Amino acid sequence: MITFKDVSKIYLPDHIALNNINLTIQPKEFVSLAGPSGAGKSTLLRLAIREEQPSKGQIFLEEQEINHLAAKDLPQLRRKIGIVFQDFKLLSNKTAYENIAFAMEVGGRTNQEIEEDVPRVLRLVGLHDRDEHFPDQLSGGEKQRVAIGRALAHRPTILIADEPTGNLDLINTWDIIRLLLKINELGTTVILATHDREIVNTLDRRVITLEKGRVIRDEEKGRYIL
Amino acid sequence: MLTTLSRIVKSGWLNFWRNRWLSSSAISIMGLTIFVTTSLLLINVLTNSLVQILRDKIDISVYFNLETTEEQILETRKSLIDLEEVESVEYVSQEEALEKFEEKHQDNQLLMQSIQELDDNPLEASLNIKAGTASQYEQIVDFLNGSQYKEIIDKINYRQNQAVIARLSSITAVLQRSGVVVSIILALMAVLITFNTIRLAIYSSREEINVMKLVGAGHWHIRGPFIVEGAFYGLVAAVIVLIIFYPVLWLLSPKMTAFLPGSDLFYFFRINFWQILLLQIAVGVSLGVASSLVAIRRYLRD
Repeated sequence: MITFKDVSKIYLPDHIALNNINLTIQPKEFVSLAGPSGAGKSTLLRLAIREEQPSKGQIFLEEQEINHLAAKDLPQLRRKIGIVFQDFKLLSNKTAYENIAFAMEVGGRTNQEIEEDVPRVLRLVGLHDRDEHFPDQLSGGEKQRVAIGRALAHRPTILIADEPTGNLDLINTWDIIRLLLKINELGTTVILATHDREIVNTLDRRVITLEKGRVIRDEEKGRYIL
Repeated sequence: MLTTLSRIVKSGWLNFWRNRWLSSSAISIMGLTIFVTTSLLLINVLTNSLVQILRDKIDISVYFNLETTEEQILETRKSLIDLEEVESVEYVSQEEALEKFEEKHQDNQLLMQSIQELDDNPLEASLNIKAGTASQYEQIVDFLNGSQYKEIIDKINYRQNQAVIARLSSITAVLQRSGVVVSIILALMAVLITFNTIRLAIYSSREEINVMKLVGAGHWHIRGPFIVEGAFYGLVAAVIVLIIFYPVLWLLSPKMTAFLPGSDLFYFFRINFWQILLLQIAVGVSLGVASSLVAIRRYLRD
């Protein structure tokens, strides 16, 4: 499904963000990427969506080597992966509805599909009554739910969430985690990067622990141990 | 394709409308550019009519000896008309000269009396020559002096008028040349300011552009709305400038006409209304579209 083969990322002049990573994530898995800030979690995810290129090694998504994709093929790649960020990254000029619809539009979906799917997605993330609100009018938890809704708009096979609860309070944090689990149950691979010990331990799923750019532990039903 | 286009236009319009504050600043700058462009156009119209007025005031007269026959003068006229420097040649016969003289001096008893006492008409027939440009009079005079007609010519008043002609000639040349230079400089400034305004507007959206890329938007999905937005700036600015120009010209034009007879800016504006509107829209829209295209390019590089 998604494979990292001997991947290293070095930021010039000499900061090694990732050091020889070898990983395979299977379809429909729920994987937590754990580790302290600066361990390389975000870098790994940025490589997976080709926001950055590895300095060395290969990355495969469904047999396709993505580090050699041409710029014009990047939109296609990114429509296969849903992405959720710590800072939400919503389009501030667009309403909740339009943020989700935008992702569908760029994917070339028809108006009819969009009109049917957006309310469905909004219901899934629990925001069907806030569709006309702009990001500024939503709480942090609501913004993150819009962001998740948008990530699901392409019906991606993989959902990548980079510290999605980092800016949220406890109640919202667990709402988001429950939502991610539900999405995973519906058949989407979820990769969750977090440094929150409690989340990782509660999830009781596969945990890959990074430290100083290396994988130091990779366990089924793992715990956050450093 | 059509769906994509309509989505892009709609999205551009929404951005334009929802960023009213940013849009209004871009529109005001763009409006200034269009205002300057239109003003330059009108100033050129004025300059041209001023130059025309000045040029009409310049001519040279060739006076013929009293014994010259009308045929000889008309022959001279014909060969002058064949010169490419010559724009027009007006023949004033002895009788016409006398009539003009009497008309001009009818209040001067002494002059009238003395001319009536003469048996013959003492005034010479003449040709009034107008050249295409003031600098060509010299050549025309040279032609006359070097030709067979030299015999029948009594005098050419070019020498007397030479200084005036030279001054007018340099004034018209300076007017036209400086008009072009000032136009180019002002237009360039206006274009640069507009470009930078739009660049700043797009710079403020760089985060959004990055987000669009990350959710899988192709280049045209990102670029399109910005271009549409730029076109809207131009369109709205053009209409606003036109609305400002109409009453301003209506008020100013009579004063201009008093100052420069023969020029009527408001009339020019009215009969060319649609062309001017189209020109303004073309300037605004192309400036907006081109600026957006250039400004967004760097954010689309991967």
